[in-house]
Amino acid sequence: MNIIDMTVCIRSIGAWSLSLVRSMGHMFLFLLNAVFTIFRPPFKFHMLMRQIRFLGSKSMVVILLTGSFTGMVLALQIYYTLTKFGSEALLGPAVALSIIRELGPVLSALMVTGRAGSALTAEIGIMKITEQIDALTSMALNPIRYLVVPNIVAALIVFPLLTAIFDLIGIYGGYFVAVKLLGLSAGTYFSQMETFLKMEDIRVGLYKSESFGVIVSWVCCYKGYFTGYGAEGVSKATTSAVVMSSVLILIWDYFLGSILL
Amino acid sequence: MIDIVNLRKGFGKQQVLNGLNLRVLNKELVAVIGRSGGGKSVLLKHLIGIIKPDDGKILIEGVDITAVRGRELDRVREKFGVVFQEGALFDSLTVYENIAFPLREKTRTGKAEVRDRVVQALEDVGLREMGDKYPAEISGGMKRRVALARALITEPKIVLFDEPTTGLDPIISSSIHRLITKTHKKYGFTGFIISHEIPEIFDVADKIAMLYNGTIIETGTPEEFKRSENPYVRQFISGSLEGPIELLS
Repeated sequence: MNIIDMTVCIRSIGAWSLSLVRSMGHMFLFLLNAVFTIFRPPFKFHMLMRQIRFLGSKSMVVILLTGSFTGMVLALQIYYTLTKFGSEALLGPAVALSIIRELGPVLSALMVTGRAGSALTAEIGIMKITEQIDALTSMALNPIRYLVVPNIVAALIVFPLLTAIFDLIGIYGGYFVAVKLLGLSAGTYFSQMETFLKMEDIRVGLYKSESFGVIVSWVCCYKGYFTGYGAEGVSKATTSAVVMSSVLILIWDYFLGSILL
Repeated sequence: MIDIVNLRKGFGKQQVLNGLNLRVLNKELVAVIGRSGGGKSVLLKHLIGIIKPDDGKILIEGVDITAVRGRELDRVREKFGVVFQEGALFDSLTVYENIAFPLREKTRTGKAEVRDRVVQALEDVGLREMGDKYPAEISGGMKRRVALARALITEPKIVLFDEPTTGLDPIISSSIHRLITKTHKKYGFTGFIISHEIPEIFDVADKIAMLYNGTIIETGTPEEFKRSENPYVRQFISGSLEGPIELLS
């Protein structure tokens, strides 16, 4: 590689890095603006209720389905491992801890991203390309207050609730496989759970789901708000919102998990 | 009322507005004509502060909208009503709720008065029975009428129209133009219309300004425009392919 090629290479890496830092800064300022607007009246309670319903009802079925099957498959796999050590009695706490600390918040967040998050990006994106956001601005109204704040607050309320439902259904899915199919006693499944599960574990799950709620609503609103032109722009924004939210959820889950362990 | 002074705006290497000057007097109905993609909509978005210029001033009743922010900017925006190109109606609201929206959100008008004013606005635009419909359930022409009703509901001093008849058939276009004239007489607003509907716009506007290459190359009454010797104006009005206006590749 000659010196000119190297210069071109370094220059393009530099340009890419600068653009990455710039877009990260832009996204962060967007979030800061939204957080600042949350605490400034007037508050739009009717829009908050609408978004709670939107995020919650859109994702409920998928949460029930994934929750139950996650618990079931988890019970099956952990039972298989535990029988090798003769510790089947620990199946209940193993399923509960895995779901409450890790799988519940993460899978719920991923499911809401795919179901409601993508719809949110598309809705805001269409509002952008059809000038509805400009219409709000021209009426001297702050679009962030109408389109972003209700979603962030709704996500803070809805994510922990959906996660709790996922956890509960997952534990009962595990119960079904362990007790009804594999023949473990119901008392063993639940009593051991009581012994090993601490309030701290539930708190970790709660912190995770709250932070995932912020990530998903923030990324999905941002991508919709700054969508490109036309149907293609909205389609790209929706895909990008789902991919970015999912990746951020997993990255943030690792860091938060390390801190809260 | 509106004074645009030496306005410049570029996007990347493309210079869209290039030292544009234009004055719109109180209660005047001015139409800005020019080629598609020539910067007319960009100019309109500058007027309400959605786009900030690279240079120049826009004075709205003496206040430079390019220099103000926050509450002060909102105070200037409250003088405007805007009819966007496709109407920009809120999909999730009915026609009635769309028209009532600025009143409910920006004023402390009581429920009964909101109802009376929205009903009156619907009547003004000939859509008395359409209040319960959603934007997706009405035609393009109806959407523009609703957008006009929404823009007028707060009785703004200035109304901006961004190509209000684009994509409509000639009869519906004429009805929208007639509606603009009628509401202008009734409410006495200052109107700023972005259009390339030639010659229909000559029957609507008090003054015409032609935008070309980022500047206003000619202003005058519709009659003056029709008699203009400016080769750019003549070519644009006649729609001829021969002349000094470069065709977009």
